[in-house]
Amino acid sequence: MKKRSIVPYGPQHPVLPEPVHLDLVIEDEKIIEAVPSIGFVHRGLESLTAKRDFNQMVYVTERVCGICSFGHGFGYCEAVEDIMDIEVPERAKYLRTIWFELSRMHSHFLWLGLLADGFGFENLFYQCWRIREKILDVLSLTTGGRVIFSVNKIGGVMRDITPEMAVAISEMLTSVRKELKDIVPIFMEDASVKRRLVGVGVLSKEQAHELGCAGPFARASGIEIDMRKLGYAAYKDLDFDIITSNTGDSYGRCYVRINEIFQSIDIIRQALGKLPDTELAAVVKGNPKGESFIRIEQPRGEAIYYVRANGSPHLDRMRVRTPTFANLAGLCETLKGADYADVGLLILTIDPCISCTER
Amino acid sequence: MAIMNFVPTALKNLFLKPVTTSYPLEPAEYPERSRGHIRISIDDCIGCGMCTRACPSGALSVNKNAGTWEINRFDCVVCGYCVEKCPKKCLFMEKGYRTPDTQKATETFTKSPEVLAAEEAKRKEAAEKAAAAKAAMAAKKAAEETKK
Repeated sequence: MKKRSIVPYGPQHPVLPEPVHLDLVIEDEKIIEAVPSIGFVHRGLESLTAKRDFNQMVYVTERVCGICSFGHGFGYCEAVEDIMDIEVPERAKYLRTIWFELSRMHSHFLWLGLLADGFGFENLFYQCWRIREKILDVLSLTTGGRVIFSVNKIGGVMRDITPEMAVAISEMLTSVRKELKDIVPIFMEDASVKRRLVGVGVLSKEQAHELGCAGPFARASGIEIDMRKLGYAAYKDLDFDIITSNTGDSYGRCYVRINEIFQSIDIIRQALGKLPDTELAAVVKGNPKGESFIRIEQPRGEAIYYVRANGSPHLDRMRVRTPTFANLAGLCETLKGADYADVGLLILTIDPCISCTER
Repeated sequence: MAIMNFVPTALKNLFLKPVTTSYPLEPAEYPERSRGHIRISIDDCIGCGMCTRACPSGALSVNKNAGTWEINRFDCVVCGYCVEKCPKKCLFMEKGYRTPDTQKATETFTKSPEVLAAEEAKRKEAAEKAAAAKAAMAAKKAAEETKK
């Protein structure tokens, strides 16, 4: 006789990097249904638009999240620049692209480490974070911050990458590429790791499409979607392919993210080679009036920024739709039929960023 | 399918130097652009209050007459917007992070007595000049009226 019971999972749980609560309906160790609830780290950053002017909001949006920080500031700036019809100088676009890709790299390394920790491979976890530290060093050299850069402003960027810094970035990329190549076989070929990843949490292409999944989670199910192909910032001049996997399981998600790190290395090299020599920021006059809707590709997937301004320094509305919010529905689908022991790992495979989701 | 292919990496690690620095024993190294904390060169400050209006977290306050500049280090998010906005460029971003503390407190910077005295003298002089100009204007007006 099978017995159903409900197990509360989170918001405080050793495997969860951030607070999300799931009510798991289980039948002997198998998950029948998962009901998510969020709202533990809501800080009301969107409502701060009433109290802070549109320039200060750049710093507020950057602090939405500690990992995709650059992307949030960038998306907000793009939206306001779109309203005000500001032509961002070419060099600023390239610098933004370089920093964005560097932050994508460190985010994916963080995820690889958390995944290794999720399946109980502590040593591999520290290997990933050791490599990540090199990227953070370069970020702090070029911007002054490890994860929160504060280099974006409406109209361009505040800091430049000098030729010496470009050399430092290039050297870092070479060494990171070499070290990543050393650990890729462990994720992709090791028997014990494969047992935890292959065939776990399968999401078909149709399901992923129906549930509106985003980012590497959707790409692992074979959906070819990458907002960078829209050609914002300098991406229109750079050559890259969308990385997908057809397996749709945790192994596929790991494969997509590892290859995206290699892709980011390639994109940064291209951008550094083409870095144009122009101003860093355009002159901004007056206040924004109108509305704009911007889609960008964060490390975790597609993020949407909506800004409505009324001609005064304070915006009417600023809204962020984050990739984790889109992926929660997909997560609940993958959890159905999974083993109870795989729940932590499956939550990690969508790369949850709950702070972004709740703002 | 490989088995135990992590062993070479793990063995290599045994013979490598530690990646981390033993921080309190060795000094921490910060890059040139590091956003650690805000420093003010208070004697150059004109007390315009641009920094307090720019600060996204409301950590700053300025009193022009008393010649003081206050910062709540616990509220400050070290974004650097005040440094960018300062018209006299007397705010600086310095290396080194804020030290921990047992209670939240604001840090107050006051102008040195000489600078305050000099400013006071300047203000007095300006006031005297204005008064003199006013008196001269009044005298001129009176003279013109008597002429009529």
